[in-house]
Amino acid sequence: MSDSNYTPKSKVGKWFNDRLPLLTLANHLTDYPTPKNLNYWWTFGGILTFCLLTQIVTGLVLAMHYIADTKLAFASVEHIMRDVNYGWLIRYVHANGASMFFLAVYIHIFRSLFYGSYKSPREIIWILGIIIYLLMMAAAFMGYVLPWGQMSYWGATVITNLFSAIPLIGEGITTWLWGGYSVDNPTLTRFFTLHYLIPFLILGLVVLHIWALHVPGNNNPVGIEIKKPSNDTVPFHPYIVIKDAFALLLFSIIFAFFVFYAPNILGHADNYIEANPLVTPAHIVPEWYLLPFYAILRSVPDKLMGVIAMFSAILILVVLPWLDTSKVRSAVFRPIYKQFYWILVLDVLVLGYVGAMPAEGLYLLIARVATAYYFAHFLIVLPVLGWVEKTNPIPLSISEPVLAGSAMATRGVREEKIEVNLKSLG
Amino acid sequence: MKKLKRIFIIFLSVYLFQNHSISAETEPYLETEWTFKGLFGKFDRASLQRGYQVYTEVCAACHSMQYLSYRNLAEQGGPEFTVEQAKAIAASFEVLDGPNSDGEMFTRPAKLSDKFVKPYENVEASKAANGGAYPPDMSVLAKARMGGADYIYSLLLGYDEPPEDIKLDDGVYYNKYMYGNKIKMSAPLSDGLIEYSDGTEATKEQMAKDITTFLMWSAEPHLETRHKTGFRVIVYLIILSILVYMTMKKIWSRVETKI
Repeated sequence: MSDSNYTPKSKVGKWFNDRLPLLTLANHLTDYPTPKNLNYWWTFGGILTFCLLTQIVTGLVLAMHYIADTKLAFASVEHIMRDVNYGWLIRYVHANGASMFFLAVYIHIFRSLFYGSYKSPREIIWILGIIIYLLMMAAAFMGYVLPWGQMSYWGATVITNLFSAIPLIGEGITTWLWGGYSVDNPTLTRFFTLHYLIPFLILGLVVLHIWALHVPGNNNPVGIEIKKPSNDTVPFHPYIVIKDAFALLLFSIIFAFFVFYAPNILGHADNYIEANPLVTPAHIVPEWYLLPFYAILRSVPDKLMGVIAMFSAILILVVLPWLDTSKVRSAVFRPIYKQFYWILVLDVLVLGYVGAMPAEGLYLLIARVATAYYFAHFLIVLPVLGWVEKTNPIPLSISEPVLAGSAMATRGVREEKIEVNLKSLG
Repeated sequence: MKKLKRIFIIFLSVYLFQNHSISAETEPYLETEWTFKGLFGKFDRASLQRGYQVYTEVCAACHSMQYLSYRNLAEQGGPEFTVEQAKAIAASFEVLDGPNSDGEMFTRPAKLSDKFVKPYENVEASKAANGGAYPPDMSVLAKARMGGADYIYSLLLGYDEPPEDIKLDDGVYYNKYMYGNKIKMSAPLSDGLIEYSDGTEATKEQMAKDITTFLMWSAEPHLETRHKTGFRVIVYLIILSILVYMTMKKIWSRVETKI
């Protein structure tokens, strides 16, 4: 937070601002110097905020009509779909909104991986992001249980059963989670309560995430530290606001397409069958956004080790800033890392694909190779690359075209250029 | 690097266009024209009304539709019977009501606000009457089966003599489209089974198509509104995007950088 010397113009404003500096905050947010070279991959922060708020608003309305009771839940969802005014719209926005939320968060995470946004001094932003992502998964999983369809019930049974793999206390924990000896009414009511709570925790963490972002400021595609404010930055408003708005609109068009023309394509047909503890579905699959982790879980023959592998796959991201030993942030200047980056993207997609397939034969083999590679990327490739990779020369500022020669040689040119730029701005 | 990118794009497109769930059947679904598919898809009103007739004269003997009310039959976007017709349909069923002021349960003719009358009191009764198989509730059936309308249509016409290597128990039938090819419902449709009140010839295909249309509507009663609203929303968003894009270009023209 660089700008504390702001004073409101009006007397009332000053009086208020002296007591609660909301106007200073608003001023900080509008003037916030942002690198001017941010590309469209940087618009997903705004898009994600929109997704979170959409989920909260539609969720509130759904909660007014939904009944968390195993005998009534499925029927209450049908009531929403049929009899509540525009209930079908609100539910389809909420259900597809979850998928859109994850689509956006995956792009956001992979953007960070490509441009090294997790590196010093932005480790806390990154870790907060991982916690948000974990909470998102918990919220999405519990939300999927609420309609009390076949996949809800059996998905809940499979996932909660994972905890029983913990030695000694596992069984006890599972019983405690269920509130009984199987997934039943107490499970449903507590999942509903937690599903309602978590989005507000996420909202709080998002505030911290943005706060932590505003301390060092945005990373950028070139990945260098820039002077703020300077010729390399633009004020957040109106430049970034309008760009985020444009990107959000494009995102909304895709979102609307799913809601209005393919509202059930991302879900599983079995979830329109009411939960039945006596009939197990032929294939129990989680929602698409959890499939890579599901594949990792199943690729390990031992249950406990599988659970550990699955959770490690997420938790390994927490220490990523220290596993990546390269001083250069952006993959633009890391020719070898760039290739490994795309292999990782491919690897995660492969994991997602085999996660949807039965865990047998060739699929299982592929899942094992892909799982091994996933961990190798973080534990071997990243630390080693930092030492052996020869990175391309990095420009000294955003305004300066990618340079030739050493930093010292170009410094003079840079200063000259800044002067020219300042003159042209008047 | 180029090559890697190409592999990546190919993989991504295969990944996106492939249904992530497993389909067990090998038979491709029978093809037929559905009026409710596509951007402007609407239900064929006459087909829905005939479909209701098939339901009530054939399916309703075993299958319930517990989330539908008789009023739905007269609502917009559905079969759109007149209110009088829907009232008459409702009145032809008896429902249990009560208790009255004497504490007695009594039966009365159904009203528009009543749910569709079920063929069996409960799941156990339906199982007992159907050799242990439970005829599923059909309210959301078209959404509860992979393949949706195409699957149901194909299944209804998919009865066949079993191949020689398959032995069927009593009360089990062979169906090309059923998961595992064994189904406990006997072929429900045959040519001329019912007499359509609008004079349409009741062929197997015609009845299968009409009942499937009816089931699609019952699973998705607001489909027409959804399509209509969706088109408006998307057109609105596209126009707004263009305007915002032009505004953005104008604003960013003050900065010497490309966006």
